[in-house]
Order: sequence, then C-alpha cells, then structure tokens
Amino acid sequence: MISANLSAVFYLISGVLFILALRGLSSPETSRQGNFFGILGMAIAITVTFLSIGNFSTGFIYVLIFLLIGGIIGTFIAYKIAMTAMPELVAGFHSLVGLAAVFVAISAFLNPEAFNLGSPGNIKLGSLIEMSIGAVVGAITFSGSIIAFLKLQGIMSGSPITFKGQHLLNALILISIVVATYLLCSTQSPNLFWILLAISFLIGFLLIIPIGGADMPVVISMLNSYSGWAAAGIGFTLENTALIITGALVGSSGAILSYIMCKGMNRSFFNVILGGFGATDVTSLSKGKEQKPVKSGNAEDAAFLMKNASSVIIVPGYGMAVAQAQHALREMVDTLKKNNIKVSYAIHPVAGRMPGHMNVLLAEANVPYDEVFELDEINNDFANADVVYVIGANDVTNPAAKTDPQSPIYGMPILDVEKCKSVLFVKRSLSPGYAGVDNELFYRDNTLMLFADAKKMTEEIIKNLN
Amino acid sequence: MDIDPFIFRFSIFILTIFIGYYVVWSVTPSLHTPLMSVTNAISSVIIVGAIIAGLAGNDESVFNTSSIFGFLAILLAAINIFGGFLVTQRMLAMYKKKKKDK
Repeated sequence: MISANLSAVFYLISGVLFILALRGLSSPETSRQGNFFGILGMAIAITVTFLSIGNFSTGFIYVLIFLLIGGIIGTFIAYKIAMTAMPELVAGFHSLVGLAAVFVAISAFLNPEAFNLGSPGNIKLGSLIEMSIGAVVGAITFSGSIIAFLKLQGIMSGSPITFKGQHLLNALILISIVVATYLLCSTQSPNLFWILLAISFLIGFLLIIPIGGADMPVVISMLNSYSGWAAAGIGFTLENTALIITGALVGSSGAILSYIMCKGMNRSFFNVILGGFGATDVTSLSKGKEQKPVKSGNAEDAAFLMKNASSVIIVPGYGMAVAQAQHALREMVDTLKKNNIKVSYAIHPVAGRMPGHMNVLLAEANVPYDEVFELDEINNDFANADVVYVIGANDVTNPAAKTDPQSPIYGMPILDVEKCKSVLFVKRSLSPGYAGVDNELFYRDNTLMLFADAKKMTEEIIKNLN
Repeated sequence: MDIDPFIFRFSIFILTIFIGYYVVWSVTPSLHTPLMSVTNAISSVIIVGAIIAGLAGNDESVFNTSSIFGFLAILLAAINIFGGFLVTQRMLAMYKKKKKDK
C-alpha cells in the first residue's frame, strides 16, 4: 500500500505522459514515441491504482481476468480491423468509453463508501453532481456512438432521420435531464438516478439520428470530445488527477477537431448538430435542369492524358475508401512516376468519414506522407497541373461553392480542381453528391467523366499505361 | 479559511484544457485519425475507477451489484486500452517518408 500523496504524484506523472503522447503527433517521426509515452502513462496509472488499494486477494484475481479478456479482445480487434473501417472502429471505441463511465458512476452511486464519497442515500453533494455529469455525458456518448457506428457500418441508413417537433422534443428532454439531476441531488433517490440514465441514453440516440452520413466527421469528433468530458466528470468524482487531465485533454482535442471539420464545410457547429442536412429539398434544385452534355471516356483516354502530362494531382474521397482503391491508386502513381511524371495528392479536410481518414488509407498503401498535401498547401498548384484525377470525391471539388450563393455548399472551401488543364473524374454515375447538389464540373469542357468503380477504373488505367 | 480541494482539481482541469488546445493545434492534420484513436485509448484511464469499484467487494463475496459494474467497466476499458493503443501503433507504423531513390 502506498500513501495517497505518492499515488497522486504518480497519477500526475501519467497525466503528463498523456500530454506528451498527444504532443508526439505533431509529426510522424515523433508519433511512435508519443504512443509509447501513452502506453507507459496507462501502465503507471493502473499499477498505482493496484498498489494504493493494496488488496491482492480473490478480487484482484478477477480484476486481472477481466483485464486479460478485454485485452485479448482489444488486441484481436486492433490487428484484424481494415483501415477503411477506421471510422466505425473509433465510433465503437467511443461507445465503450461512454459505457465504462456510466458503469463506474453506477458503481460509485451504489457503493459510495468504496470511493470515499459518503454512504448510500447520503452521498456528498459535490460528488453526486460530478457523478451525475459523468453518467449523463457517458450515456449520451454511448448511445450517440452506437448510432454513429450503425450509420458508418451501413447497418442503419446514412440519410438523416427527421420528424416534426424533433428539436422541441430534444429540448424538452435536455431540460428534464437538468431537472432530474437537481431532484436527484436533493432527494438522493436511486430511482431518479436510473431515470436520469435512461433519458440520457435516449437523448444521445435522438441527437445523432438526424445527422447524415457525410457529417460523420463532425459527429465522431464531437463524440470524442464528449467521451473526454465524461471521463473528466468521473475524474472529479474519484478525485483523480490522471483522469481529470485526460478528460480535459480529450475533451478539448475532440472540440478542436469538430471545429476544424465544421470549418472545412463552412457550416456552423449548430447547423451540423441540428441535422437534417442532405435531406433538403433536392427537387427544387434539380428543377429546370436540362440534360447537359457530358464528355465521358474510358481508361485508354485517361491513360493517354496522364502519359502526356508532366504533373498529375490525385484528389481522393470517400468513394476511394468504399472501393478499397488505395492500393491500385498507389500502383498507378508508381507507374506514372516511372515515366517521370510528378504526382502529388490533395486532401480536403472533410474528405472521408473522419478527420485524417484519407491520410491513413494512403499511408496504408505505402504512399510517403510527404507527397500528401492539405488543401491550403496545394490549392495554388492546380492551375499549373496538367491532369487531376478525382477518385471518389465530389462535393469538395464543386465550383458552385465559390460561384452560386443559392447552393447549399456555398462558401465551403473547395479544391480548385477546375483550374487544371484536364480533369478526370471517376464516378459510378452522374448522381449528385451527398449535399444533393449537382456538380457543374461534370459538364465542363476540360472534364472527362470515367463512369466505373474507382478500383476497377484505376486498374484499367494501369494496364493502359504499360 | 482553507481552500476547498475541489478548486485545486478544477484549476488543473482548466489549465489542461488550455494545454490540450495548444497541443492539439500542433498535431499535423495527416495524423488526425491516430489522434482520435490515441485519445480514445487514454480516456480509458477511467479503468482506474473501474478497478476501485471492482475491488470494493469483500473476500467472501467478490461479486455484488456494485462490483459487477466495476468488473464490466474494467472489461470495456481494457478493450479500449489495448485496442486503442495497438491500432494507433499499427497506423503510425505505416507513415513513411519518401525513399531517396534518385
């Protein structure tokens, strides 16, 4: 058994190690070391907890057993998961953090003596408030992440689910959460605690269903943030510095990512959260739309254009992930490079279903990270490039965002693909993108549409290049 | 008059939010996905609370309602810790620089 002061010092050390873990991510070279710091911090926190409780009897064995089972499951998932499924995985992990926070809060509520918080029915007021916050946010994180997971996995439709009075209902539930928390604190009634949990689960569910599939980058970041605040709430209850530090770090990290994602779409956070985007009246937009001529080509044309180019820019999007085309794409780029063609990749902040989604996929396909550029790094280069190959992206290239104030995506920063000499656009059909907006790029003279599956088309192009 | 220890913890909390703000802005956008998976892993330090809850039962009855929730929380947090750190490791191992092959 070690003293409370000493264990507090160790918890502080693990908190600092967690800060260093995030700091390491400032560049790929230091990132692996950062991850090691994170693991070390976690090991210290767990060991110190065992030592400070000092109970190594039967219960300890069971703790180890559960730790081991969880560890095996986690390891298995970590090595089995496909990189394209990363958004689902992260959403799933968020739900586990949320649920764990809820369970710890329940446990503390039922047995406050173990946590030094008073006795059942007479829990310290401050602790009860902190516990309720942890439990409420944890429950919202859990049910919200489950919905996000189902939408990303495709089990649930990615289109927004809206109904009349939705916002009013949500507002009422949020108010009742506050009221229930207040009553819980004044009466300490276990029933109220269960009711509070139930309505928190419900609101998490209701908050996410109106948000469409392509807004998932914001949702995942937001749930990331929530899981942090839930941990911080529990951290205050347990008076544990490591947990408070981590909660604050994760909370602000998720909040910043949500902000970056919203900015990438030029939409306010509330606009995304209130949902319904993409379910807008598409008919009014397509009204009066005549059949405009489109130039379409095949892999041979595409290969010809690329061969005669001196620089090519690749614009990947969610479609690349769906078609699992990243390896074929790298092969194509290798072939181009052999012909002394300069190739770079341009990534829009909201490409894919989570922040950094495209970068991970390209890294998986062995694309060196110094060939991959962010929007503002590369946007001026489109004018000087000969060919741009848009694979699985759509709305992020739509010039309407700059020219048409009526467009739902007006004001969104886009990749200036249209400035390039020729645009190759791989797409399965002419259907509009997620925002329900027709892309005028399809009808430009310098655009060649390649109607095919992204992976198949890329493979065809490789054949024609050789 | 003594200061409530809560205030100290609250100070740590607020200051860490600021640290988080500056640290996360310095994360390169290409590593945002590993950032999410690693924050996921570290927020599972909530396992500390789960262990306390799990060990709260006495030796005659290891399992009571409260400790069962603790054990379940240990299981969930452990999945996250191992899954989160290892998947981050796996992703980070893929980020390579261009080979100087000219």
